[in-house]
Amino acid sequence: MDLRLEGLSHHYGTTEVMRGINLDIPAGRIVCIVGPSGCGKSTMLRLIGGLEQPSTGQVLQIGDPPAESLNPLTYVFQDFALLPWRTVEGNVSLVLEDHGLSVTQSNEIITDVLVRTKLSDFRKALPRQLSGGMKQRVAIARALAVRPAVMLMDEPLSALDSQTRELLMDDLVALWQREAFTAVYVTHNLAEAVRLGHSIVVLSRRPGQIREIVDVTIPLGERKMGDAILERTQQHLWGLMRDEAMAADQELLHA
Amino acid sequence: MREAVDPSAKPVAFRGGGFAPTPVRLVGPVVFIGLIALIEVLTRAGIITSLTLPKPSDVWATFVELWQSGLLWSHLIPSINRLLVGAALGATAGIALGVMIGLFSLVRAGLVPLVAAIFPIPKIALLPLFVIWFGIDEASKYALIAFGTFTPTVVATYGAVDNVDRSLIRMGQSFSMSWWSIVRKIVLPGAMPGILSGLRVSLAIAIILLVAAEMLGAEYGIGAYILQAGSLYDLERLFVGVSILSILGVTVSTVIGAIERRLLNWRS
Repeated sequence: MDLRLEGLSHHYGTTEVMRGINLDIPAGRIVCIVGPSGCGKSTMLRLIGGLEQPSTGQVLQIGDPPAESLNPLTYVFQDFALLPWRTVEGNVSLVLEDHGLSVTQSNEIITDVLVRTKLSDFRKALPRQLSGGMKQRVAIARALAVRPAVMLMDEPLSALDSQTRELLMDDLVALWQREAFTAVYVTHNLAEAVRLGHSIVVLSRRPGQIREIVDVTIPLGERKMGDAILERTQQHLWGLMRDEAMAADQELLHA
Repeated sequence: MREAVDPSAKPVAFRGGGFAPTPVRLVGPVVFIGLIALIEVLTRAGIITSLTLPKPSDVWATFVELWQSGLLWSHLIPSINRLLVGAALGATAGIALGVMIGLFSLVRAGLVPLVAAIFPIPKIALLPLFVIWFGIDEASKYALIAFGTFTPTVVATYGAVDNVDRSLIRMGQSFSMSWWSIVRKIVLPGAMPGILSGLRVSLAIAIILLVAAEMLGAEYGIGAYILQAGSLYDLERLFVGVSILSILGVTVSTVIGAIERRLLNWRS
């Protein structure tokens, strides 16, 4: 299933947050969205997943999601959004309970996603017992459990320290290599974008418009820290964003 | 090489203490027993006259007498029955309405002003009205206690629902959970800490109203017992009654504490 954004514009009251976004999100690829703060990256993600309605334009679903997909458009949130009163297992089963699966079926799914996210030993742990990185792995496991057609990831690594971020990026790459998923990955971190994105969409400052789409052709598994091409791509992205970010910063000061 | 240390060197003074309450065992009982012992000594010595305060030992003797005569239970059981029925009615209705106010804007717009108007009315003032509406028997007592428990429970409950983390609700929606699932699995557990701490207050109010309810048309009950003692200026019995209420309050608070530990064990 592909997604297509057609002439997407949105405003809150009199504030225009994005204008005329046209974008294709092809199946099996990770599309990263970067831009200065306040450019409407997160709003765009909420529009794509139907948590908000665009002022004008539309988000189109091209083709049907795979039949086994329980929740085609699935989010991974920056703040993890785990229920503190449920165990790791309970948090995953939460999103399966409304789908009328048998106990054995949902148990199989839970076991499978916990293995894939290396959480099998923490099945009965409560969120407060887990580190930030583990919490986000639980959230990723929960997202995988509903077999999404597209994962909508809203700065999923931004609340984590840089070491944990590196580890989780490796995990995401491994997950993608095992079974290629489609993802829209919003981030303000350019290193994450060049590491995980098949294409990187650079948005301008508010109202957000697409400035450039940068494709990264190196396969995900072969991207290493310090790779010259990736470095150059990152430099290029920073060049695009620098003036926008500075202007956005000034705007906030005058507000 | 510690001798080589500069003579002007001195340790940095510690200034980080305090402001962190730690449990200190036995101090509570010691203060309590000490106070009673002090009153006992002062009343025996005649410094406090028997008109001002009864001797604690006499209060204890009166209590034992009450117990042995079997009258303790004939007063206590109707009271506990009234408390349980009244508080259960009031708390259930209060939690139900509080959740509705928290979930539906229309209910909120319609009822929040009403609850705010009812909240400050001393419910005791309405007792004569309840007697006319529900009769002088048990029903009017249930009604008074229920009504008194109801308003603080409503306010605590909708506050608790409002405080449920919105990002968790948004998460539920993003996984296409049904409205009812979101309410049952996210909103209610999330509001539980606030609801329980509201219940602590409501149940204390229920005990106060219990006494008020029993002051009109009750032959048996702790309230009736206290009222009788008061009108005869029988201080020993008055204090026995008041102590029983105190113990009732501590028991209720302990029960809620136990429920909290059970239901909210995810908190820390």
